[in-house]
Amino acid sequence: MSAVSTVEKVGTGLDEGAANRDGALATLRRGLRLSPEFRVGLPVTLLLGLVATVGRVVVPIAVQQTIDRGLQAEGGPDVAFIRTAVLLSAAVVLVTALAAYLMNVRLYRTSEGGLATLRIKAFRHVHDLSMLTQSGERRGSLVSRVTGDVDQISQFMQWGGLMIIVSMGQLVVASVLMAVYSWQLALLVWASFLPLAFALRYFQRLLSGAYTTVRERVGDMLAAVGESVVGASVIRAYAAEERTARRIDESVESYRRAQTRAQGLVALTFPSSELVAALATAAVVVAGTLLGVGGHLTAGELVAFLFLVTLFVGPMQVATEVLNEAQNAVAGWRRVLGVLDTEPDVADPGPAGRELPRGPIEVRFEDVSFAYPGGPTVLHEVSVDIAPRSRIAVVGETGSGKTTFAKLLTRLMDPVEGRVLVDGVPLDRVRFSSLRERIVMVPQDGFLFDASLGDNIRYGRPEATDEDLLLALTELGLADWLEGLPRGLDTPVGQRGESLSAGERQLVALARAYLAAPDLLVLDEATSAVDPATEVRLQRALDGVTRGRTAISIAHRLSTAEAADEVIVFDHGRIVQRGPHTELVAEPGVYADLHASWIAQRRI
Amino acid sequence: MPAGPPKVEPHILREGMRVLWVAVRAEPAVFTLSVAASGLYAAMTVASAWVLGWATDHVVLPAFREGRTTAGTLTAGALAIVGVAVLKALGVGGRRFFAGLMQYRMQARYRRAVTRQYLRLPLAWHHRHPTGQLLSNANADVEAAWAPIAPLPMAVGVVFMLVVATVSLLLVDVPVALVGLCVFPAIALINVVYQRRLSPLAARAQQLRAEVSEVAHESFEGGLVVKTLGRERAETERFAERARALRDANVAVGRVRGLFDPLLEALPNLGVLAVLLVGSMRLEAGALNAGDLVSVSFLFTLLAWPIRALGWVLAEVPRSVVGWNRVRAVLDASGSLPYGEHPLDGDGPAGLEVREVRFAYEEPTDEDGDGDGVGNGVGNGKTHVLHDVSFAAGPGRTVAVVGPTGSGKSTLTGLLVRLVDPAGGAVLLDGIDARQAGRGAVAATAALVPQQTFLFDDTVRGNVTLGADIPDEQVWQALRLAQADGFVAALPDGMDTRVGERGATLSGGQRQRLALARAVVRRPRLLVLDDATSSVDPQVESRILQGLRAAQGEDGGSTVVVVAYRKATISLADEVVYIEHGRVLDRGPHAELLERSEGYRNLVNAYERAEAERDAVEDGRDAIEGEEVTA
Repeated sequence: MSAVSTVEKVGTGLDEGAANRDGALATLRRGLRLSPEFRVGLPVTLLLGLVATVGRVVVPIAVQQTIDRGLQAEGGPDVAFIRTAVLLSAAVVLVTALAAYLMNVRLYRTSEGGLATLRIKAFRHVHDLSMLTQSGERRGSLVSRVTGDVDQISQFMQWGGLMIIVSMGQLVVASVLMAVYSWQLALLVWASFLPLAFALRYFQRLLSGAYTTVRERVGDMLAAVGESVVGASVIRAYAAEERTARRIDESVESYRRAQTRAQGLVALTFPSSELVAALATAAVVVAGTLLGVGGHLTAGELVAFLFLVTLFVGPMQVATEVLNEAQNAVAGWRRVLGVLDTEPDVADPGPAGRELPRGPIEVRFEDVSFAYPGGPTVLHEVSVDIAPRSRIAVVGETGSGKTTFAKLLTRLMDPVEGRVLVDGVPLDRVRFSSLRERIVMVPQDGFLFDASLGDNIRYGRPEATDEDLLLALTELGLADWLEGLPRGLDTPVGQRGESLSAGERQLVALARAYLAAPDLLVLDEATSAVDPATEVRLQRALDGVTRGRTAISIAHRLSTAEAADEVIVFDHGRIVQRGPHTELVAEPGVYADLHASWIAQRRI
Repeated sequence: MPAGPPKVEPHILREGMRVLWVAVRAEPAVFTLSVAASGLYAAMTVASAWVLGWATDHVVLPAFREGRTTAGTLTAGALAIVGVAVLKALGVGGRRFFAGLMQYRMQARYRRAVTRQYLRLPLAWHHRHPTGQLLSNANADVEAAWAPIAPLPMAVGVVFMLVVATVSLLLVDVPVALVGLCVFPAIALINVVYQRRLSPLAARAQQLRAEVSEVAHESFEGGLVVKTLGRERAETERFAERARALRDANVAVGRVRGLFDPLLEALPNLGVLAVLLVGSMRLEAGALNAGDLVSVSFLFTLLAWPIRALGWVLAEVPRSVVGWNRVRAVLDASGSLPYGEHPLDGDGPAGLEVREVRFAYEEPTDEDGDGDGVGNGVGNGKTHVLHDVSFAAGPGRTVAVVGPTGSGKSTLTGLLVRLVDPAGGAVLLDGIDARQAGRGAVAATAALVPQQTFLFDDTVRGNVTLGADIPDEQVWQALRLAQADGFVAALPDGMDTRVGERGATLSGGQRQRLALARAVVRRPRLLVLDDATSSVDPQVESRILQGLRAAQGEDGGSTVVVVAYRKATISLADEVVYIEHGRVLDRGPHAELLERSEGYRNLVNAYERAEAERDAVEDGRDAIEGEEVTA
C-alpha cells in the first residue's frame, strides 16, 4: 500500500515483525506469559474442569446403563436398580454442575484479570513509544489494540484453553481403553485421524492468516469511522457526506468480506472432524467385522469399541472448535504483541539515568543532524549553545527545521548524528521523570482533554489548588479572560477542547505548561491563534515570570523575536544567523527579509 | 464520565426476540438456509445413531453369527455410515457458514446505518458525544447486537425438536410426559431470573467497554501532551481504573453466566432421570411398557446437548439488547438540519447578510444517567456566544471580522456556511435564508477554511477535490494560490502522495495551505477564511494574500469574509466588523474604526505599541547608561 510508504516518512510505525514471525504456539506461550493472572489457581481450576468433564461423560453413560441394565434387564425391568441408579446419576449431575459453575467463575476471574493487565501494559507501552512511532500508526488502530483485539482473547481464555487440556485427557483415556479392547482397531482409528492432524495444521495456517486480516480490517474500519466523527465539520462544510460514506462503506465491506472468508474456512474445517470420525467408524465396522470373522474379536467387544470411538471423536471435535478460538486469540495477541514488541526508540534510561538538579538550564547542540526515517536530512550539523536564563526566539521559513530543533531539544526524537546536552549531560542520559519535569514544550496544537478548564491547566501538576491556578493565570495576564467565562475554572472544554476557540485552547495549553513550572520552556508556535493584544500581554507576562529560566520560542510573528534576548535564524536546516534583533535586522540576510515581510503585513 | 444506573428492560427476552426478528426479516433467505442446514444436521445426528444401529444389526452381528461376510455387505454398511456423515458435515458447515454470513451482513448493514447517522446528524449532536463512544457504537455495540445470530439457527432447530419431543411424550404417557415437561418451565424460569440478573450487569459492561475505548482514544490523541508533560503514568492509571472496572463488570457477568450454563446443561439430564424414575413406577403399575420408556428417555438424552444452543442464544440476549438499544439511540437521534427548496444558483459572488444572529452552545455532557451512553441534550447549561450580530457583505465585497480571542468569531464563520443554525435571527445568502436553501446548495456556494484544519487519510488530490471531478490543471492552480504547489511537487508521488491520518506527514503550515486550496479550487461564491494562515510564515502569507487579491479581479471572484488579526489581511477588506464578547461593537472601514474604537485600535496596533514601549525602555536604559558614562 502506498499509504505505508508515505507514513513512514514521519512515523516509523509498530514493529510487527517479531510477533508475526512467531508461530501460533510461540505467540500463545508469549501471550500467556504476559498475564501471570492466567496461572493463578490453575491446578484447582483444572481439577474442577476435570470433574466437570468426567461428569459430562459419565452422565450419558449412567443414563445408558440405567436403560440397558434396569429397563431392558433380562426378566423384566429392575425397578429397584433404576431408582438407585437414578439417584446416583442425579448426584453426579449436580456435582458436575457445581464443578462447572466453580470452574467458570474461576476462569472468568483469572482471564478477565489477565486481560486487564494485558490492556494496561499495552496502553502504557503505546505512550512509551516515541512520537515518530505513534504518528506512524493510526489512532483507531492503536485503540483497537487495547480494546477489541484484547477482547478477542477472552473467549479462548474463558473456555478454549481449559477445554483443550481436558479434551487431551479424554483422548488419552479413550485411546488406552481402545487399545485394551483391540490394538489393531485402535491403530486404525489413530491412522484415520492422522491425516486430519495434518489437514488441521494446514487449515490452521489459513485460519491464522484469515483472522489476522480480520483484525487489521477492524483497525481500518475504526479509522474510517473515526474520520467521519472527528472531521464532522469539514465534511459538512464541503458536503462531502457521500464521499465519506463511500469510504466508510468500503472499509465496512472489506471487514465483512474478511469475516466471511474466515467463517468460510471455519465452516470447512469444523465438519472435517465429523467426516474423519465417520470414516474411522466405517473402517472399524469393516475391519472389526473381518477380525470377527477371523475369530479375533467378539461382537460385544466390537460394539463396546464403537462406543469408545464416539468418546474419542468428541474431544477431536472440541479440539477443532478450540483451534478456531485459539487462532482468533492468537490474532488478537499478535496485535497486542505488535505493540509490546516495538522497542521505544527514544527510551527512558530509567533509574540508571541522571537526575537534573533544578535551576536554569543550559543547552548545547553538538553537530546535530536529523532526518525522518526514509526522508531527506532536515537538520544539518547544527551546533549551538544556549546560555541559562536566556530568552531565545527561533525563526525561519516554514520547513526550515525549527520544529525539528524543538523536538530534539525536548527529546521527542533523538538526533541521527551528534548530540544534545543539557547542563552538560547528554539528553539521552537524563531520566524521563526529571527531563519532563524540567523541560516542557508547548506544541502548536494545544490538545485539551475532555474535562474542566481547571483540570486541564492542572494536568502537568495535579496537586495544584484552584488558588495556584488563579495565581498562574493572573501572572500570565489571563485573569480577565477567565472572568469572561461564566463558569470560570469549571468550564467544560469539550472533546479535544473544541468548546473553546483555537486561541483559547492555546491559552490553556500555555497555562498548563507554565503551571508545571519547568526550568526550560519551549514554545512551538504556541500563540499562533491568539489575538495580537493578548499575545503581547502574554509575551510581557512570560518575560516577567520566566525571568531566571531559559525560554525558547518558535514564532512566525516576529514580535516574539523583537522581544527576545537573542534570535536564532534557521534556513534549510542550518542556523544561518544568530544575535539580538536589533543587530540582525540591520544586516542583510534571511532575518532582514523575514522582518521586512512582517513589517509589510502590519502596514495597510 | 459517571456511568449512571443502567436501564433495565422489563421484558428483556421479548425485546431480544424482537431484535432477532429484525435480523430474520432483513435476511430471510440466508436465515432459511442456515435453519435448513441446521435441520439437516439435527436429522443426520439422529440418522447417524440409527445407521450405526442398522449396521450393527444387519452387517456386524450376522457376520459374527455366520462367521463370514461379503464385500458387498461391508461396503453397504461403510457407505451408509459415511453417507450420513457427509450430509451431517454439510449441515454443520452450512449452518456455520450461513449463520456467519447473516451475522456479518447484519453487522455491516448496521455499521453503515450508524455511520450514515454520524454524517447526517448536526454538529451539536456530535459535540455531545465523545469520539470513543461513537466508535464503540459503530463497532462493539453493533457486534453485541447481532451476537446471538451465530447460535440462532441451531436454537431454532432445538425449538422444533422440543415441540416434537413434547408431542411424542404426550402420546406415550401423560403422567410421565408431565414430569418430563416440568423441565421446560424450569428452563423458562431459570431464564427469566437469568435475564433479570444479567441485563443490568451486561449493560454496565458494555458501557464500560465504550468508556475504556473513549479513554484510550482521547489519551492516544493527546499523546504529545502526555509526553511533553511526562504524564504517562497518570494516564495509564486513568486507563487502568476504567480497565479494572470493566474487568470487574465482566467478572460479575461471568458469575451469572457461569451459573446459568451448567444449570441449563443439568436440567435435561435431571429431566431424563425424573422420567426414568416416574416411568419405572408406571412400569410397576403396568401403565407403560418398557419399550416406550426407552424411546422417551432416548429422546431426552438426544435433547440434552442441543438444548445448550438455546442457552447460548439466551446468554447473548441481554448483551444483544443493550447493544441494540445503544445502536438504536444513534439511529433514532433526530435533529438533522432541515433543508428547504431554494437553489442558490446565482452567478458571480454571493451576497451575504447576517441579521440579528444569536447563538448558544449546549454544554457537552453525557450525564443523563440512563446508561445508554447517549446524552439527551435536555436541561444542560447553555453558553451564549453570539448576541444579535448583524452585518452584510455585498457581492464581491470583502469583510474582515476582527475581535479578541474567544469573542465568537469562529462560531460566526460556522454559521455563515451553515454548519450550525442560529438560535435567533438569520443568515441570508443572495437574500435567501440559508435554512431555506436546498440540500447541498450552501456547500456549493460557500467554502469555509476553518482555523483547525482537518485532512483525510487520502492523497493530496483527494484532499483538495474531495472526490469532485476537477481537472489537474485547476487543482494545481488552487495549490499555487494557496502557496502549496512547491511542497506538493516535491512530495514523492506529487499530488498522489498520501498524507496519512489527519495529514500526519505534513507540517501545520502545509496542512493549512491544503485546506485553503480545498476551498479555492471550488471557486466558491462566498469564501470564509477563519484565521486560515495562522501557521504560515509571513512571507508565504503575503504571497497567498497577493494571490487572493489577484483572483478577486478575475472571473468575478468571491465575496470574502475573513477572520484576521494582521493588518495586511485586514487591508484586503472593504469593511471591518469588530466583535467583542459575541457582540458587534463597531463596523466600518479600517481607518474609521481605528479612529473611533479603542478596543479595535488596541488590538490591531498591539505590536506597534509593544515595540514603541520597548524602544522607550531601551532609550531610557541607554540614557541612564549614557549618564553613567558621563558621570
